[in-house]
Amino acid sequence: MKKLTVLAAGAALAIFASGTAMAQQTLAQVKQRGQVICGVSQSLPGFANPDAQGNWAGFDVDMCKSVAAAIFGDTKRVKYVPTTARERFTALQSGEVDFLARNTTWTMSRDTQLGFDFVGINFYDGQGFMVRKDLNVKNAKQLAGAAVCTQTGTTTELNVADFFRSNKMDYKVVAFEKNDEVLAAYDSGRCDVFTTDRSGLAADRTKLKDPNAHIILPDVISKEPLGPLVRHGDNNWGDIIRWAFFAMVNAEELGITAANVDQMLNSPNPEIKRLLGKEGDFGKMLGLENNWAYNVIKMVGNYAESYERNVGTKTPIGLERGVNALWTAGGLQYAPPVR
Amino acid sequence: MAVQIRGGAAPPSVAVWNDPRARAIFFQAMALVLVIAFGWYIFHNTYTNLEKRGIASGFAYLNSTAGFGIIMHLIPYSEESSYGRAMLVGLLNTLVVAAIGVVFATVLGFIIGIARLSRNWLIARIAYVYIEVIRNIPLLLQIFFWYQLLGKSLPGPRQSFNILDIAFLNNRGLYVPAPVFEEGFWEIPVGFVIACVASYFIHRWARKRQELTGQQFPIFLTTLGLIVAIPFIAAIITGMPLHWEIPALRGFNFQGGMVLIPEFVSLLFALIIYTAAFIGEIVRSGIMAISHGQTEASYALGLRPGPTLRLVIIPQAMRVIIPPLTSQYLNLTKNSSLATAIAYPDLVAVFSGTVLNQTGQAVECMAITMGVYLTISLLTSMFMNWFNAKVALKER
Ligand SMILES: N[C@@H](CCC(=O)N[C@@H](CS)C(=O)NCC(=O)O)C(=O)O
Repeated sequence: MKKLTVLAAGAALAIFASGTAMAQQTLAQVKQRGQVICGVSQSLPGFANPDAQGNWAGFDVDMCKSVAAAIFGDTKRVKYVPTTARERFTALQSGEVDFLARNTTWTMSRDTQLGFDFVGINFYDGQGFMVRKDLNVKNAKQLAGAAVCTQTGTTTELNVADFFRSNKMDYKVVAFEKNDEVLAAYDSGRCDVFTTDRSGLAADRTKLKDPNAHIILPDVISKEPLGPLVRHGDNNWGDIIRWAFFAMVNAEELGITAANVDQMLNSPNPEIKRLLGKEGDFGKMLGLENNWAYNVIKMVGNYAESYERNVGTKTPIGLERGVNALWTAGGLQYAPPVR
Repeated sequence: MAVQIRGGAAPPSVAVWNDPRARAIFFQAMALVLVIAFGWYIFHNTYTNLEKRGIASGFAYLNSTAGFGIIMHLIPYSEESSYGRAMLVGLLNTLVVAAIGVVFATVLGFIIGIARLSRNWLIARIAYVYIEVIRNIPLLLQIFFWYQLLGKSLPGPRQSFNILDIAFLNNRGLYVPAPVFEEGFWEIPVGFVIACVASYFIHRWARKRQELTGQQFPIFLTTLGLIVAIPFIAAIITGMPLHWEIPALRGFNFQGGMVLIPEFVSLLFALIIYTAAFIGEIVRSGIMAISHGQTEASYALGLRPGPTLRLVIIPQAMRVIIPPLTSQYLNLTKNSSLATAIAYPDLVAVFSGTVLNQTGQAVECMAITMGVYLTISLLTSMFMNWFNAKVALKER
């Protein structure tokens, strides 16, 4: 009896004494673990999708790979954690994942109230609607009274409410937790409309029984700046994700590709020299090796390569660059200089 | 350990730390302090960690605007309502499937349980197969099954099944006319209340008379007649202060009337059918627990099998049936949270799903949800315990 009590008191003391986890150590933890843990979608073709062998590929997955390349020089050192729209934030808050690369919209409340930091915008998007062609709907204003399928825990379900309310139209929202359930319900006719980010619509359309029987309406009802995010407070870790992404955008701007990066090592251009670690100590500033960006470009490619390979016009997703073109080509993608 | 000395003599005085009673109190107090300290530590730790990571905490968010729509709400709700109201909508949706589910699962369960003991081989076999099949398929699969079945077999709104031009069935749900109340409507519910009170007194009178004279009175039919007739007469006298709003196809969907959405119907079906299988077994074991002598005695008194079951066996079996029945009711209520999988907006889907995600306040949302389920369960248990005490055998 006495022994038990002493034991219990000891245990209680031990728990009291053990401090709370430090917020600033993500990089150290990742290095020690030998792996970054990346929260991705469950399956969104072109963005994050496992193949039959369980190898992940996609535009968001490339974000995970570029971080692993920057830290370890090895894109295999990623553990992918598929999350539903609803689970993703708890997964990041609780430290189950090191960061999210999961078509997540940068909003003010997520940035502040939820305790996150968005590190950049890897895809400028907007919300749209998909309907069956035989409904003969030409634009979103004709959707009054429609049943709308969507996913819970997204900006999507809020935007759709705003849209119908501000246009004084009636609607019924059927909100599922898993994207596949949303799609199945839409495909079986439970809803007239499927709504999400337009990139998501294009990706999900490929999963429908007859993709050609559906059209994406021209309306864009919201701004959806999608990008990777980290926990608020570990700024060094945030910097690493941010610059792994900027390295890809800068590489495109400087004409560096996976194929020519080795020749580019000899380039006299000082911007290229700095990016590839030939000049300066930019890797060290992040707590990484100086060839961090070289590895990203060599192993993942530049922004354009990643885009065209995963979601571009030659893929089934078939998305034009549009606003996601470089600023030099009239788009919005713009990365600060390495200097 | 000290030996307890029985008898009138005062125990010999011992040191406090050797007194078993003092020791017991000391250890219990220690345990309590530890539990409270641990609880406080967890609370404090969570709170400081949330603060450190810049995650909002507290319950103020319950008053902010929800901004999302909910497909089924029993109380007025719009996108402009608060998160707190959204929680209430979810809670009511949970309660309504649970309440309807419990009633029908009980009825079906009793039928199955009795059928299982039927002397008719075919009926007993059917009940047996029902129980074995249903009990052994995970509930989630059954929910998906009903949802798929409704979704795939029903036509779209434009090809709806038309039931007498007043009700319509399609893959968006069952649309039925909704009553619209007008001035003077209150006389109908008043008539209903009068009918109920009258039935109660007739019931008492009939029982007394039967105890005195043995004469039976058709109590069920009379009650039914009263409850239908009085409100009906009230309606005629006041000139039908009520009309029906018939649903009509406008645009994509039917508008007006009331709708039972397929998410609700499939969840309800699955819960009823699943739980009834368990209740059937409980009823069977309850009946089997009653000695066969009771049946024989009843037959010897000249009662036929029907009244024997109703008046002799079931009332005694209830004592065995009610405690496990209570846990089935609790299970059904908790199982209703599987609703999330098919987009039925129950408490879990709305509150610890959507609200949690939109506000990021996981700890608060989960705590409230757990508290609510705990309260529902405790209330159900309390009611069933009261009911159990009421039907318990009164020794005379
Ligand atoms: N960008 C929106 C929506 C993101 C979202 O979850 N979209 C869905 C529909 S495209 C999705 O990616 N689902 C994939 C999955 O759950 O695996 C947000 O951040 O709230």
